[in-house]
Amino acid sequence: MIWLVNVTGIFLLVFIIWWFWLSLPKRVLPVGSVVDIQVLDGVYTPARIEIAKDQDVVLRFHRLDPDACAEIVRFDDLGIRLELPLNAIRDVHICIETPGEYSFSCDMNMYQGSLIVT
Amino acid sequence: MTKQFRLSISGMSCAGCVASVEKALSEVAGVIEANVNFAEHTANVSGSVSIGDLISAVKNAGYEAAELTSGEEDQLKEKESADADYYHQLMIRSFVAALLGLPLFVAGMSGWLPGLDNDVSRLFWLFIGILTSVVMIFSGRHFFIGAWKSFKNHNANMDTLIALGTGSAWVYSTLVIVFAYDFSEQARHVYYEAAVIIICLINFGSALEVRARGKTSEAIKRLIGLRPKTARVIRDGKEFDLPIEQIGLDETLRVRPGERIAVDGIVIEGYSVVDESMLTGEPVPVEKLVGDQVCAGTFNKTGSFLFQSKRIGRDTALARIIEMVRRAQGSKPAIGRLVDKIASVFVPVVLIIAVLTFIIWFNFTSNITLTLVATMTVLIIACPCALGLATPISIMVGVGKAAEFGVLIKNGDALQQAGMLDVIVLDKTGTITLGRPEVTELFALPEWSENDVLSYAASVEIGSEHTLASAMVKAAENKKIQLLPVENFHAVAGQGVQAVVDSKTILLGNRRLMQANNVSINELDEIANQKSERGKTSMFLAINNSLAGLIVVEDPVKADSLNAIRRLQNRGLKVILLTGDNKKTADAVASVLSIDEVIADVMPEEKEHKISELQKQGYIVGMVGDGINDAPALARANVGFAIGTGTDVAMETADITLMRGSLHGVANAIEISRATVKNIKQNLFGAFIYNSLGIPVAAGVLYPLIGMLLNPMIAGAAMAMSSVTVVTNANRLRLFRTSE
Repeated sequence: MIWLVNVTGIFLLVFIIWWFWLSLPKRVLPVGSVVDIQVLDGVYTPARIEIAKDQDVVLRFHRLDPDACAEIVRFDDLGIRLELPLNAIRDVHICIETPGEYSFSCDMNMYQGSLIVT
Repeated sequence: MTKQFRLSISGMSCAGCVASVEKALSEVAGVIEANVNFAEHTANVSGSVSIGDLISAVKNAGYEAAELTSGEEDQLKEKESADADYYHQLMIRSFVAALLGLPLFVAGMSGWLPGLDNDVSRLFWLFIGILTSVVMIFSGRHFFIGAWKSFKNHNANMDTLIALGTGSAWVYSTLVIVFAYDFSEQARHVYYEAAVIIICLINFGSALEVRARGKTSEAIKRLIGLRPKTARVIRDGKEFDLPIEQIGLDETLRVRPGERIAVDGIVIEGYSVVDESMLTGEPVPVEKLVGDQVCAGTFNKTGSFLFQSKRIGRDTALARIIEMVRRAQGSKPAIGRLVDKIASVFVPVVLIIAVLTFIIWFNFTSNITLTLVATMTVLIIACPCALGLATPISIMVGVGKAAEFGVLIKNGDALQQAGMLDVIVLDKTGTITLGRPEVTELFALPEWSENDVLSYAASVEIGSEHTLASAMVKAAENKKIQLLPVENFHAVAGQGVQAVVDSKTILLGNRRLMQANNVSINELDEIANQKSERGKTSMFLAINNSLAGLIVVEDPVKADSLNAIRRLQNRGLKVILLTGDNKKTADAVASVLSIDEVIADVMPEEKEHKISELQKQGYIVGMVGDGINDAPALARANVGFAIGTGTDVAMETADITLMRGSLHGVANAIEISRATVKNIKQNLFGAFIYNSLGIPVAAGVLYPLIGMLLNPMIAGAAMAMSSVTVVTNANRLRLFRTSE
């Protein structure tokens, strides 16, 4: 029994490291210049968005989650912080010159997303 | 900068009207695009243009327009209503979970619940299991949905921990009931009550947090609430009330006693006393005469007056203050960025600790009950929310509090740095003095009269923007002296001015200007020295390269500068006077105000260099100036304070803007900064200590020593309260009072 627990435990440890740090969710490429992002159930959907550098993009946040955590979205690297009213749409206009990964999150860092600028 | 505007248009009746309005808007200089929606009676306009120009253009075309500012007040109300709904929803979830959890808990503790040793009791527990499932679905399904969605996104959050903690309790309990006889007697334990009580407590904690968070944005609510909904407009001789969104530029408005001013403008008739404390923090009401500026949101106390609107909508000082406070509340200081990095990996790390806890406990005890309790408690007690909230929530309250005192903080870094300053460098004119110099004495050499001296000096200075110039022009006006035409005017930075008046070459300036032009000043130098020793500024006047007279100008020190400087010194700051005045004048002012050090005879462009030198000596330097002439020095300083009178001050030029022309604002900003940073540190300390002690205790590190294993329900209560504690501690800042 103990060996079963240990093997399962080690498998779980490897899985946690792989799933949360090494394996990344699928990137979403915007169709046109607007990306619709739904804020619901503790996540941004999509949460990983790929855009080209110097591309004008509008991130259109639609908050449907009443959780207080969801009311702010912040892009710390870009100096943007936006209040998201419940059941309303808010646009973030973005045009990034330098390629890289730019994360966005709620104030508590529980909702997490990232912009991959290529 | 291109902006987007949305206007509501009234008076349109056909497609032709649409074309007229679109044409009127498109013709406004700076408009890039204007689209009118006839169905909605709205217009969307983009361009580098002011809202006032757009409204005026629509009005000139024969229609009415108002900016759709997305009604900040309505938005706030909607938010409050949504928060209230969510609060009730959470309380109901909590209550329903408590209805089942509490009786189960009490009965369990009292030994009234049956064991799992026969089929009847297993049926009883099966029934309780179904009830628990129903309650968990009703009160806690959002945790499970959130956890699953988050997992699919390769992310983990609070929901993950709660769902895993309570879910594992439910799964284990259900397995024990269904396969009771396959478990050892010792392992036959049901944890339904733990699952529902944890869900109850976390919903309850979230509800308290929603309520406490509402209070953190009170400063913005207060500022938005200052804006009246209507204003009394005079059009074509008729006086009527109009929503402020429909007020255009250069309209005449009446303000009666006891009313708030709707937009920014200039008084054109009447007299009154206006309370500006809500914007500037200045407690003494300000007299308003014809020609004076009035600001939206301020309160008219006594008289009735007319004013002309000059800034409306988002261009008013009040709107800009609200915007600046909002932006600053959203920024995060350096202290918060590291914490964010920790918070972002926190949950997966807790998951790893939980798995390790399970493995270690099972290997050492083989007791599945203890193993499960320890693992569940680790998952439940961890609270990354408290860590994530610690900084932004205090910044939000601190920046809002500062705004109440007329201190506008640009961002979180400025707020953090202000409390760390050890040197404050003060500019003299307009910073520690009133910035309204007056000519107090005139000296003329025998071949010239005092009036000649003043006449030439004032004539030369009429085109100058220097603060001393206005003193001379005003003195000449008071003496009714006719000013003469000026040619070849030339300002010499840090020295004075040169021009040709009445075919004579006039030099007006300090000792350096005279020396540079080989003008002997021996006859009046002694007097100038004496005046300098008393803190007065002397200006030599030379006509055709020979000395003609001396003009003594005095800029009175602000009444509260001494007290404010003492407050700064009492807080351990070294106060330095940095001025272009000569050493004697500067020393005289410094001795009156007990200033620690004087750096005098500094050319404007050297001020930045002096700040840089202080920084090289290891000081963290704050520079206080008017925000216009001192802009480079303010930018060089670790924290630049722009000090202004009323709402005229340029808000974007400095890290911190003092709306009130008093040095007390600097001391207030530093005190608020220190209080806020202290509050952040308390929050972070609490959150770190809570997690770094709570998690090991939950994992059972004390069990081998003192036999202590934490109950998962206590962990749930602690976790629910940790976020509430952070928000409540931040809210304490709302009670902060400065030492003024």
